[in-house]
Amino acid sequence: MSTPSSASNNLRYDLSVIASWIEPKSKVLDLGCGEGTLLSLLRDTKQVIGIGIEKNEAKAISCIEKGLTVIQGDITAEVEDYNDNAFDYIILSQTLQQVYEPAQLLHRLLRIGRRVIVSFPNFSHWRSRLHLLLKGRAPKTEQLPYEWHNTPNIRVITIDDFRHFVRQQGCVIRREEAINTHHHDTAGHQVRLFPNLLATYAIFLLEKKLKAES
Amino acid sequence: MSTASPQSDQGSSVGKVAKRFFTFAEQQEAMPLESGARIGPVTLAYETYGELANNKDNVILVLHALSGDAHAAGIHGSDDPKPGWWDTLIGPGKGIDTDRYFVICSNTLGGCMGSTGPASINPATNRPYGLDFPMITIADMVAAQKRLIDALGIPRLLAVIGGSMGGMQVLDWSVRYPGMVFAAIPLATTMRHSPLAIAFNEVARQAIMADPNWNKGDYYHGKHPDLGLAVARMIGHITYLSDDALRNRFGRKLQDRNDFSFNFGADFQVESYLHHQGKKFVDRFDANSFLYLTRAADYFDLVRDESEEHVATVFAKAMARFLVVSFTSDWLYPTYQSRAMVKAMKKSGCDVSFCEIEAQCGHDAFLLPIKRLATIIKGFLDRVHTEFRQQQPAL
Repeated sequence: MSTPSSASNNLRYDLSVIASWIEPKSKVLDLGCGEGTLLSLLRDTKQVIGIGIEKNEAKAISCIEKGLTVIQGDITAEVEDYNDNAFDYIILSQTLQQVYEPAQLLHRLLRIGRRVIVSFPNFSHWRSRLHLLLKGRAPKTEQLPYEWHNTPNIRVITIDDFRHFVRQQGCVIRREEAINTHHHDTAGHQVRLFPNLLATYAIFLLEKKLKAES
Repeated sequence: MSTASPQSDQGSSVGKVAKRFFTFAEQQEAMPLESGARIGPVTLAYETYGELANNKDNVILVLHALSGDAHAAGIHGSDDPKPGWWDTLIGPGKGIDTDRYFVICSNTLGGCMGSTGPASINPATNRPYGLDFPMITIADMVAAQKRLIDALGIPRLLAVIGGSMGGMQVLDWSVRYPGMVFAAIPLATTMRHSPLAIAFNEVARQAIMADPNWNKGDYYHGKHPDLGLAVARMIGHITYLSDDALRNRFGRKLQDRNDFSFNFGADFQVESYLHHQGKKFVDRFDANSFLYLTRAADYFDLVRDESEEHVATVFAKAMARFLVVSFTSDWLYPTYQSRAMVKAMKKSGCDVSFCEIEAQCGHDAFLLPIKRLATIIKGFLDRVHTEFRQQQPAL
């Protein structure tokens, strides 16, 4: 498995990293799948059997128009209806920061999927830190462009906070990558040094803790 | 068979079409019904549009709602220029593209648009059946359609699609003949008729049965229960619209007057509209058929047992890929009923897509030219057609 150095197809960079982690022919649930860009890519290049959940009607329509299997609905409610281990991967890309009860959702996901891939904007990027430090106002960046009163991102997550959260929830990180993106997030590179300070996004692959690991 | 004429004045209409008839279950082999009764012979009226592919991999069965008929697209001729009830969706280049698919629309058993129903002649008495017509169910309608599809030599349907009572038939098809249904599109429908829907139907039936002309269903040689049937249709139309739709369309506007008449005439536009719909309906529909079809819808219940374990088994046999669609302002079969259906499908491990389309026009939305509806139907059919062809052995 290789990590793409840059994206040539206008795919959001974090999504191209996620796509590179997915094994061919797996069963994938994409939560907050938007207009189905990732699901289409996985179907066309990796013969993945994909299902998407998307709240927005126009986006869900766009997915179904593309021939994807997508349910318009709320992710927290929709994931309840699947059987245990129904999926090889569950993808929660740039959605966790908008979830009201992240811990509850993570447990539901680990029930219905063997692996959960989570990506989120890193709130402790140096630009956010400087913004708050120097301007004294809520950080506003290319990755988190909203004002405090109109942001859908109700959770502020840093890479270190997320690692801590995962440990508390009793699951393990199998893979992770911190990235720095540019060009409207379609290009980027891996951040190896001081990711909590230098990465704009982080991507984690989580699994349930095996009995031997507890 | 239809005459495809994309170059004609009809533009993207399928052009001139003809109603055809299929008769089966002659006396000695009468069709068994869910109630235990038998009926025969049975005739179904149907129409077809587009061309059947050599390997028969492009067949779409369209199922109509309570008051619909086999005439779903095109026109019957210059003397009958009214386009079919789903002409906005079925035709060359449309949501259901007749350049690609062979579309069959069958009238339901119990109807009055060319198929066997209570107005048909009972061979035992040589008089119209009336209330001697056996009670029929959605399952019986589907079983009759299955006979038609068999007779046409079609082993497997690419898709079945229908809204409202047609959607109930879609759901029934998907579990009764799972091997024959590759994809299913139930629109604005429900797994089980709600008490609200049953209540409206019962009021409508009572209106018909309270009409002195109804005469316990035996009226075919005299005056028909037109008033009762018109009132039944008026009730139906209220349920097909919505609070928003009525408010936007009519408000409290008066009809052909500037002030109240201070009598019980149709002062309001909404009253005038309902009267008009009622009058129009009695010219084309049989009151007894209305009783039987609404009863069949009321009896429809794929769930039967509401326990969670049971709901998970409702679609266990189904092999179809599903596309479920509801409409925001539908208060006859509200979205929560479609969501329950999707939930049951998910629990049964079915491949299901679902969308709730924003529409102000109520339950009738599925009959209207809504671009988003045509878009997803087209995209979904594209996909299942590809998958179906991959599974079919090449000729």
